[in-house]
Amino acid sequence: MPVTVARSLDHALAALEECPEALILAGGTDVMVQVNKGSMSVDQVVAIGRVPELQGWNREGDWLHLGAGVTYSEMMSKEISSMVPALAQASRTVGSPQIRNAGTIGGNLGTSSPAGDTLPTLFALEAVLTIRSAAGIRKLPINQFVVGVKQNALQPGELIEKISVPVLEGPQEFCKIGPRNAMVISVASFTLLTDSKENRVRSCLGTVGPVPIRPTEAENLLSNGVNWEKNEVSSEVLEGFASLCAEVAQPIDDHRGSAAYRRHAIKILSRRAACRIFSEDNT
Amino acid sequence: MSNDFYTLNVNGEDHQVADSWAGESLLWVLRERLGFPGAKNACEEGECGSCSVRIGEEVVCSCLVLAGSAVEQEITTIEGLSAEGELSDVQQAFIDAGAVQCGFCTPGLLVTIDHLLEENESPDDLTVREAISGNLCRCTGYGRILEAVQIAAASRRGGKRE
Repeated sequence: MPVTVARSLDHALAALEECPEALILAGGTDVMVQVNKGSMSVDQVVAIGRVPELQGWNREGDWLHLGAGVTYSEMMSKEISSMVPALAQASRTVGSPQIRNAGTIGGNLGTSSPAGDTLPTLFALEAVLTIRSAAGIRKLPINQFVVGVKQNALQPGELIEKISVPVLEGPQEFCKIGPRNAMVISVASFTLLTDSKENRVRSCLGTVGPVPIRPTEAENLLSNGVNWEKNEVSSEVLEGFASLCAEVAQPIDDHRGSAAYRRHAIKILSRRAACRIFSEDNT
Repeated sequence: MSNDFYTLNVNGEDHQVADSWAGESLLWVLRERLGFPGAKNACEEGECGSCSVRIGEEVVCSCLVLAGSAVEQEITTIEGLSAEGELSDVQQAFIDAGAVQCGFCTPGLLVTIDHLLEENESPDDLTVREAISGNLCRCTGYGRILEAVQIAAASRRGGKRE
Protein backbone atom coordinates (compact mmCIF):
# COMPACT_ATOMS: atom_id res chain seq x y z
CA MET A 1 0.00 0.00 0.00
CA PRO A 2 1.92 3.09 -1.17
CA VAL A 3 -0.16 5.72 0.66
CA THR A 4 -1.46 5.01 4.15
CA VAL A 5 -3.97 7.60 5.31
CA ALA A 6 -3.59 7.21 9.05
CA ARG A 7 -6.83 7.37 11.04
CA SER A 8 -5.34 7.40 14.52
CA LEU A 9 -1.99 7.85 16.18
CA ASP A 10 -1.72 4.09 16.71
CA HIS A 11 -2.52 3.53 13.05
CA ALA A 12 0.21 5.96 11.99
CA LEU A 13 2.75 4.44 14.39
CA ALA A 14 1.90 0.90 13.24
CA ALA A 15 2.34 1.95 9.60
CA LEU A 16 5.70 3.53 10.44
CA GLU A 17 6.78 0.44 12.37
CA GLU A 18 5.99 -1.68 9.35
CA CYS A 19 7.78 0.70 7.02
CA PRO A 20 10.17 2.89 9.06
CA GLU A 21 11.58 4.62 5.98
CA ALA A 22 8.15 5.78 4.79
CA LEU A 23 7.75 9.46 4.04
CA ILE A 24 5.69 11.18 6.71
CA LEU A 25 3.31 13.57 5.00
CA ALA A 26 1.67 16.36 7.00
CA GLY A 27 0.38 19.39 5.07
CA GLY A 28 2.49 18.58 2.02
CA THR A 29 3.54 22.17 1.41
CA ASP A 30 7.26 21.33 1.57
CA VAL A 31 7.22 17.71 0.45
CA MET A 32 5.02 18.12 -2.61
CA VAL A 33 7.17 20.92 -4.02
CA GLN A 34 10.08 18.45 -4.06
CA VAL A 35 7.91 15.61 -5.39
CA ASN A 36 6.47 17.77 -8.19
CA LYS A 37 9.98 18.82 -9.22
CA GLY A 38 11.06 15.21 -9.31
CA SER A 39 13.74 15.77 -6.70
CA MET A 40 12.08 13.50 -4.15
CA SER A 41 10.92 10.02 -4.96
CA VAL A 42 7.89 8.62 -3.23
CA ASP A 43 7.43 4.94 -2.62
CA GLN A 44 5.74 4.66 0.75
CA VAL A 45 3.83 7.47 2.40
CA VAL A 46 2.19 7.71 5.79
CA ALA A 47 -0.21 10.67 5.62
CA ILE A 48 -0.83 12.01 9.12
CA GLY A 49 -3.02 14.98 8.21
CA ARG A 50 -6.14 13.33 9.57
CA VAL A 51 -4.84 11.80 12.77
CA PRO A 52 -7.20 13.20 15.43
CA GLU A 53 -4.60 12.99 18.22
CA LEU A 54 -2.31 15.35 16.29
CA GLN A 55 -4.97 18.05 15.89
CA GLY A 56 -5.80 20.92 18.19
CA TRP A 57 -4.11 22.30 21.26
CA ASN A 58 -4.62 22.46 24.99
CA ARG A 59 -3.33 24.59 27.80
CA GLU A 60 -2.08 23.10 31.01
CA GLY A 61 -1.14 25.75 33.55
CA ASP A 62 1.63 27.86 32.05
CA TRP A 63 2.21 25.44 29.18
CA LEU A 64 0.59 25.29 25.78
CA HIS A 65 0.63 21.94 24.00
CA LEU A 66 0.25 22.21 20.24
CA GLY A 67 -0.60 19.10 18.24
CA ALA A 68 1.88 18.56 15.41
CA GLY A 69 -1.01 18.89 12.96
CA VAL A 70 -1.94 22.43 13.99
CA THR A 71 -1.86 24.57 10.84
CA TYR A 72 -0.44 28.06 10.39
CA SER A 73 -4.02 29.32 9.95
CA GLU A 74 -4.94 27.81 13.32
CA MET A 75 -1.88 29.37 14.96
CA MET A 76 -3.16 32.76 13.79
CA SER A 77 -6.39 32.24 15.79
CA LYS A 78 -7.19 34.62 18.64
CA GLU A 79 -6.65 31.93 21.26
CA ILE A 80 -3.18 30.90 20.16
CA SER A 81 -2.07 34.41 19.29
CA SER A 82 -3.00 35.56 22.80
CA MET A 83 -0.73 32.89 24.32
CA VAL A 84 2.21 32.95 21.89
CA PRO A 85 1.86 36.14 19.82
CA ALA A 86 5.21 35.69 18.07
CA LEU A 87 4.20 32.25 16.82
CA ALA A 88 1.01 33.72 15.39
CA GLN A 89 2.96 36.57 13.78
CA ALA A 90 5.42 34.10 12.27
CA SER A 91 2.55 31.97 10.95
CA ARG A 92 1.03 35.04 9.35
CA THR A 93 4.20 35.49 7.27
CA VAL A 94 4.09 31.96 5.84
CA GLY A 95 3.05 31.68 2.20
CA SER A 96 -0.51 32.43 1.18
CA PRO A 97 -3.85 31.59 2.82
CA GLN A 98 -3.85 28.34 0.81
CA ILE A 99 -0.43 27.37 2.20
CA ARG A 100 -1.33 28.40 5.74
CA ASN A 101 -4.47 26.23 5.57
CA ALA A 102 -2.35 23.18 4.77
CA GLY A 103 1.08 23.66 6.35
CA THR A 104 1.58 22.58 9.96
CA ILE A 105 3.89 23.29 12.87
CA GLY A 106 4.93 19.63 12.90
CA GLY A 107 5.76 19.83 9.22
CA ASN A 108 7.83 22.97 9.75
CA LEU A 109 9.84 21.06 12.37
CA GLY A 110 10.02 17.91 10.28
CA THR A 111 11.52 19.88 7.39
CA SER A 112 13.92 21.67 9.78
CA SER A 113 14.81 24.27 7.18
CA PRO A 114 16.99 27.13 8.45
CA ALA A 115 14.27 29.39 7.01
CA GLY A 116 11.45 27.64 8.90
CA ASP A 117 9.32 30.49 10.19
CA THR A 118 8.15 28.95 13.47
CA LEU A 119 11.63 27.82 14.47
CA PRO A 120 13.14 31.00 15.98
CA THR A 121 10.18 31.52 18.31
CA LEU A 122 10.14 27.84 19.31
CA PHE A 123 13.89 28.05 20.06
CA ALA A 124 13.40 31.21 22.12
CA LEU A 125 10.59 29.51 24.03
CA GLU A 126 12.78 26.42 24.54
CA ALA A 127 9.95 24.28 23.19
CA VAL A 128 9.82 20.61 24.13
CA LEU A 129 8.85 18.08 21.48
CA THR A 130 6.99 14.88 22.25
CA ILE A 131 8.16 12.23 19.84
CA ARG A 132 6.35 8.92 19.44
CA SER A 133 7.10 5.60 17.88
CA ALA A 134 5.48 2.19 18.23
CA ALA A 135 8.19 1.46 20.78
CA GLY A 136 7.39 4.38 23.04
CA ILE A 137 7.58 8.07 23.71
CA ARG A 138 10.44 10.48 24.27
CA LYS A 139 10.72 14.19 24.90
CA LEU A 140 13.36 16.35 23.34
CA PRO A 141 14.17 20.05 23.72
CA ILE A 142 14.00 21.76 20.36
CA ASN A 143 17.70 22.62 20.27
CA GLN A 144 18.46 18.90 20.43
CA PHE A 145 15.87 18.18 17.75
CA VAL A 146 16.89 20.60 14.98
CA VAL A 147 20.57 19.78 14.58
CA GLY A 148 21.58 21.06 11.15
CA VAL A 149 20.41 22.30 7.77
CA LYS A 150 17.27 20.21 7.17
CA GLN A 151 18.57 17.71 9.71
CA ASN A 152 16.77 16.63 12.84
CA ALA A 153 16.84 13.96 15.48
CA LEU A 154 13.75 12.13 14.27
CA GLN A 155 14.57 8.43 13.86
CA PRO A 156 12.95 6.05 11.39
CA GLY A 157 9.61 4.94 12.77
CA GLU A 158 9.15 8.10 14.84
CA LEU A 159 6.85 11.05 14.41
CA ILE A 160 6.32 14.35 16.22
CA GLU A 161 3.20 14.19 18.35
CA LYS A 162 3.14 17.59 19.99
CA ILE A 163 5.12 20.71 20.72
CA SER A 164 4.94 22.23 24.20
CA VAL A 165 5.81 25.85 24.89
CA PRO A 166 5.59 28.03 27.98
CA VAL A 167 2.98 30.79 27.97
CA LEU A 168 4.92 33.92 28.92
CA GLU A 169 3.52 37.19 30.18
CA GLY A 170 4.63 40.18 28.15
CA PRO A 171 4.76 41.40 24.56
CA GLN A 172 6.41 39.44 21.74
CA GLU A 173 7.56 40.41 18.26
CA PHE A 174 8.52 38.37 15.22
CA CYS A 175 10.15 40.13 12.27
CA LYS A 176 11.13 38.70 8.92
CA ILE A 177 12.83 40.04 5.83
CA GLY A 178 12.27 38.80 2.30
CA PRO A 179 12.34 40.28 -1.18
CA ARG A 180 8.73 41.46 -0.84
CA ASN A 181 5.98 41.78 1.72
CA ALA A 182 4.12 38.53 1.30
CA MET A 183 4.62 34.92 0.34
CA VAL A 184 8.36 34.90 0.80
CA ILE A 185 10.88 32.49 2.14
CA SER A 186 12.76 34.25 4.88
CA VAL A 187 16.13 35.87 4.17
CA ALA A 188 16.58 36.77 7.82
CA SER A 189 14.18 36.60 10.73
CA PHE A 190 14.19 37.52 14.37
CA THR A 191 11.99 36.90 17.37
CA LEU A 192 11.97 38.79 20.66
CA LEU A 193 9.92 37.64 23.64
CA THR A 194 9.53 39.28 27.01
CA ASP A 195 8.96 37.56 30.30
CA SER A 196 7.59 40.23 32.58
CA LYS A 197 7.50 37.89 35.59
CA GLU A 198 11.24 37.31 35.37
CA ASN A 199 12.08 40.70 33.81
CA ARG A 200 13.94 38.85 31.08
CA VAL A 201 13.92 38.84 27.30
CA ARG A 202 14.44 35.81 25.12
CA SER A 203 15.28 36.07 21.46
CA CYS A 204 16.44 34.07 18.51
CA LEU A 205 17.85 34.63 15.01
CA GLY A 206 16.40 32.70 12.08
CA THR A 207 17.73 31.90 8.59
CA VAL A 208 21.22 33.20 9.40
CA GLY A 209 22.82 29.91 10.39
CA PRO A 210 22.35 26.18 9.94
CA VAL A 211 19.99 26.22 12.92
CA PRO A 212 18.30 29.11 14.78
CA ILE A 213 20.71 31.00 17.02
CA ARG A 214 20.02 32.34 20.53
CA PRO A 215 22.04 35.55 21.10
CA THR A 216 22.54 34.97 24.82
CA GLU A 217 24.91 37.88 25.44
CA ALA A 218 22.52 40.24 23.69
CA GLU A 219 19.62 38.84 25.74
CA ASN A 220 21.55 39.49 28.96
CA LEU A 221 22.43 43.03 27.92
CA LEU A 222 18.84 43.91 27.06
CA SER A 223 17.32 42.13 30.08
CA ASN A 224 19.62 44.05 32.41
CA GLY A 225 19.37 47.31 30.45
CA VAL A 226 15.59 47.64 30.37
CA ASN A 227 13.83 49.76 32.95
CA TRP A 228 11.06 47.21 33.53
CA GLU A 229 8.98 49.62 35.61
CA LYS A 230 8.75 52.13 32.78
CA ASN A 231 9.21 49.67 29.91
CA GLU A 232 12.01 51.92 28.66
CA VAL A 233 15.45 51.28 27.31
CA SER A 234 18.29 53.61 26.33
CA SER A 235 19.47 54.06 22.76
CA GLU A 236 22.88 52.84 23.87
CA VAL A 237 21.49 49.51 25.10
CA LEU A 238 19.40 49.13 21.95
CA GLU A 239 22.50 49.67 19.79
CA GLY A 240 24.47 47.21 21.88
CA PHE A 241 21.69 44.64 21.68
CA ALA A 242 21.45 44.95 17.90
CA SER A 243 25.24 44.73 17.48
CA LEU A 244 25.52 41.64 19.68
CA CYS A 245 22.67 39.98 17.77
CA ALA A 246 24.37 40.67 14.44
CA GLU A 247 27.69 39.41 15.82
CA VAL A 248 26.44 35.91 16.55
CA ALA A 249 24.80 35.45 13.15
CA GLN A 250 26.42 32.80 10.95
CA PRO A 251 24.92 33.75 7.59
CA ILE A 252 25.83 32.35 4.20
CA ASP A 253 25.71 33.80 0.69
CA ASP A 254 23.00 32.17 -1.38
CA HIS A 255 20.48 32.95 -4.11
CA ARG A 256 18.19 34.70 -1.63
CA GLY A 257 20.73 37.07 -0.13
CA SER A 258 24.36 37.70 0.74
CA ALA A 259 25.88 36.97 4.14
CA ALA A 260 26.70 40.66 4.62
CA TYR A 261 23.13 41.68 3.86
CA ARG A 262 21.75 39.07 6.25
CA ARG A 263 24.00 40.20 9.10
CA HIS A 264 22.96 43.79 8.46
CA ALA A 265 19.31 42.70 8.37
CA ILE A 266 19.63 41.05 11.79
CA LYS A 267 20.98 44.30 13.22
CA ILE A 268 17.96 46.18 11.85
CA LEU A 269 15.39 43.53 12.78
CA SER A 270 16.64 43.10 16.34
CA ARG A 271 16.56 46.84 17.00
CA ARG A 272 13.16 47.13 15.33
CA ALA A 273 11.70 44.31 17.42
CA ALA A 274 13.07 45.86 20.62
CA CYS A 275 11.70 49.29 19.67
CA ARG A 276 8.26 47.81 19.09
CA ILE A 277 8.27 46.40 22.62
CA PHE A 278 10.14 49.04 24.64
CA SER A 279 10.10 52.82 24.42
CA GLU A 280 13.40 54.33 23.53
CA ASP A 281 14.62 56.62 26.31
CA ASN A 282 16.77 59.33 24.76
CA THR A 283 17.18 61.45 27.87
CA MET B 1 -7.86 1.72 -0.08
CA SER B 2 -6.64 -1.28 -2.02
CA ASN B 3 -3.40 -1.57 -3.91
CA ASP B 4 -5.20 -1.12 -7.17
CA PHE B 5 -7.24 2.02 -6.85
CA TYR B 6 -8.45 4.72 -4.53
CA THR B 7 -11.56 6.84 -4.63
CA LEU B 8 -11.78 10.61 -4.65
CA ASN B 9 -15.00 12.50 -4.10
CA VAL B 10 -14.98 15.41 -6.54
CA ASN B 11 -17.93 17.81 -6.77
CA GLY B 12 -20.18 15.34 -5.00
CA GLU B 13 -19.34 12.29 -7.08
CA ASP B 14 -16.97 9.42 -6.41
CA HIS B 15 -14.21 8.79 -8.94
CA GLN B 16 -11.84 5.85 -8.96
CA VAL B 17 -8.16 6.45 -9.56
CA ALA B 18 -6.41 3.32 -10.77
CA ASP B 19 -2.85 2.38 -11.69
CA SER B 20 -1.46 5.53 -10.15
CA TRP B 21 1.98 6.46 -8.84
CA ALA B 22 2.15 7.30 -5.15
CA GLY B 23 3.57 10.79 -5.71
CA GLU B 24 0.83 12.14 -7.97
CA SER B 25 -0.56 15.49 -6.89
CA LEU B 26 -4.28 16.08 -6.62
CA LEU B 27 -3.96 18.70 -9.36
CA TRP B 28 -2.44 16.19 -11.75
CA VAL B 29 -5.01 13.53 -10.95
CA LEU B 30 -7.89 15.99 -11.37
CA ARG B 31 -6.63 17.24 -14.71
CA GLU B 32 -5.05 14.20 -16.30
CA ARG B 33 -6.92 11.25 -14.84
CA LEU B 34 -10.38 12.48 -13.90
CA GLY B 35 -11.11 15.04 -16.61
CA PHE B 36 -11.39 18.17 -14.48
CA PRO B 37 -9.15 20.62 -16.36
CA GLY B 38 -10.53 23.69 -14.57
CA ALA B 39 -7.82 23.95 -11.93
CA LYS B 40 -4.72 25.17 -13.75
CA ASN B 41 -1.15 24.04 -13.47
CA ALA B 42 1.36 26.88 -13.45
CA CYS B 43 4.00 26.84 -10.74
CA GLU B 44 3.53 23.45 -9.04
CA GLU B 45 5.01 24.90 -5.87
CA GLY B 46 2.16 26.68 -4.16
CA GLU B 47 3.09 30.20 -5.26
CA CYS B 48 0.44 31.07 -7.82
CA GLY B 49 -2.87 29.69 -6.61
CA SER B 50 -4.14 28.85 -10.10
CA CYS B 51 -4.74 25.27 -8.92
CA SER B 52 -6.85 26.30 -5.89
CA VAL B 53 -9.58 23.85 -4.95
CA ARG B 54 -11.67 23.39 -1.88
CA ILE B 55 -11.17 20.40 0.36
CA GLY B 56 -13.92 20.36 2.94
CA GLU B 57 -14.09 23.92 4.21
CA GLU B 58 -10.55 24.98 3.27
CA VAL B 59 -9.12 26.38 0.05
CA VAL B 60 -5.77 24.77 -0.72
CA CYS B 61 -3.34 24.48 -3.61
CA SER B 62 -4.18 21.15 -5.21
CA CYS B 63 -0.62 20.91 -6.57
CA LEU B 64 0.59 20.47 -2.99
CA VAL B 65 -1.95 17.81 -2.01
CA LEU B 66 -0.87 14.22 -2.44
CA ALA B 67 -3.83 12.80 -4.35
CA GLY B 68 -3.86 9.50 -2.49
CA SER B 69 -4.17 11.34 0.81
CA ALA B 70 -7.33 13.18 -0.26
CA VAL B 71 -9.63 10.14 -0.04
CA GLU B 72 -12.94 10.43 1.82
CA GLN B 73 -12.95 14.21 1.66
CA GLU B 74 -15.21 16.55 -0.25
CA ILE B 75 -13.16 18.07 -3.04
CA THR B 76 -14.74 20.98 -4.89
CA THR B 77 -13.22 22.29 -8.08
CA ILE B 78 -14.22 25.22 -10.24
CA GLU B 79 -16.41 22.79 -12.21
CA GLY B 80 -18.43 22.22 -9.05
CA LEU B 81 -19.27 25.86 -8.34
CA SER B 82 -22.21 25.94 -10.75
CA ALA B 83 -24.44 23.51 -12.57
CA GLU B 84 -23.27 22.35 -15.99
CA GLY B 85 -23.66 25.13 -18.52
CA GLU B 86 -24.61 27.78 -15.98
CA LEU B 87 -22.59 30.57 -14.45
CA SER B 88 -22.20 31.09 -10.74
CA ASP B 89 -22.72 34.55 -9.32
CA VAL B 90 -18.96 35.07 -9.02
CA GLN B 91 -18.37 33.91 -12.60
CA GLN B 92 -21.07 36.30 -13.84
CA ALA B 93 -19.54 39.13 -11.80
CA PHE B 94 -16.12 38.47 -13.36
CA ILE B 95 -17.68 38.82 -16.81
CA ASP B 96 -19.62 41.93 -15.83
CA ALA B 97 -16.54 43.61 -14.36
CA GLY B 98 -14.22 42.53 -17.17
CA ALA B 99 -12.04 40.78 -14.60
CA VAL B 100 -10.82 38.08 -16.98
CA GLN B 101 -7.94 38.69 -19.34
CA CYS B 102 -5.82 35.66 -20.20
CA GLY B 103 -7.96 33.65 -17.81
CA PHE B 104 -5.30 31.37 -16.41
CA CYS B 105 -5.65 32.58 -12.81
CA THR B 106 -9.44 32.87 -13.04
CA PRO B 107 -10.51 29.38 -11.88
CA GLY B 108 -8.35 29.65 -8.76
CA LEU B 109 -9.63 33.14 -8.01
CA LEU B 110 -13.23 32.01 -8.46
CA VAL B 111 -12.79 29.15 -5.99
CA THR B 112 -11.10 31.44 -3.46
CA ILE B 113 -13.64 34.25 -3.82
CA ASP B 114 -16.62 31.89 -3.66
CA HIS B 115 -15.26 30.62 -0.35
CA LEU B 116 -14.57 34.16 0.90
CA LEU B 117 -18.13 35.27 0.19
CA GLU B 118 -19.49 32.27 2.04
CA GLU B 119 -17.60 33.35 5.13
CA ASN B 120 -18.04 37.10 4.74
CA GLU B 121 -20.92 38.57 2.77
CA SER B 122 -19.56 42.14 2.82
CA PRO B 123 -15.77 41.95 2.64
CA ASP B 124 -13.92 45.26 2.40
CA ASP B 125 -11.12 45.62 -0.14
CA LEU B 126 -8.39 44.86 2.40
CA THR B 127 -10.13 41.62 3.35
CA VAL B 128 -10.49 40.71 -0.31
CA ARG B 129 -6.85 41.50 -1.04
CA GLU B 130 -5.82 39.36 1.91
CA ALA B 131 -8.08 36.51 0.84
CA ILE B 132 -6.77 36.49 -2.75
CA SER B 133 -3.15 37.12 -1.79
CA GLY B 134 -2.36 33.55 -2.80
CA ASN B 135 -3.85 33.93 -6.28
CA LEU B 136 -1.48 35.69 -8.63
CA CYS B 137 -2.78 37.50 -11.70
CA ARG B 138 -0.29 38.91 -14.18
CA CYS B 139 -2.76 40.61 -16.50
CA THR B 140 -5.39 42.62 -14.73
CA GLY B 141 -3.62 44.53 -11.99
CA TYR B 142 -6.45 43.25 -9.75
CA GLY B 143 -8.64 46.37 -10.01
CA ARG B 144 -11.41 44.67 -11.93
CA ILE B 145 -11.11 41.55 -9.81
CA LEU B 146 -11.77 43.62 -6.69
CA GLU B 147 -14.69 45.21 -8.52
CA ALA B 148 -16.03 41.76 -9.46
CA VAL B 149 -15.91 40.63 -5.84
CA GLN B 150 -18.03 43.59 -4.80
CA ILE B 151 -20.53 42.90 -7.60
CA ALA B 152 -20.77 39.25 -6.56
CA ALA B 153 -21.06 40.18 -2.89
CA ALA B 154 -23.88 42.61 -3.69
CA SER B 155 -25.72 40.00 -5.72
CA ARG B 156 -25.45 37.50 -2.84
CA ARG B 157 -26.80 40.08 -0.42
CA GLY B 158 -29.77 40.56 -2.74
CA GLY B 159 -28.60 43.25 -5.08
CA LYS B 160 -27.53 45.99 -2.67
CA ARG B 161 -24.12 47.60 -3.19
CA GLU B 162 -22.58 48.95 0.01
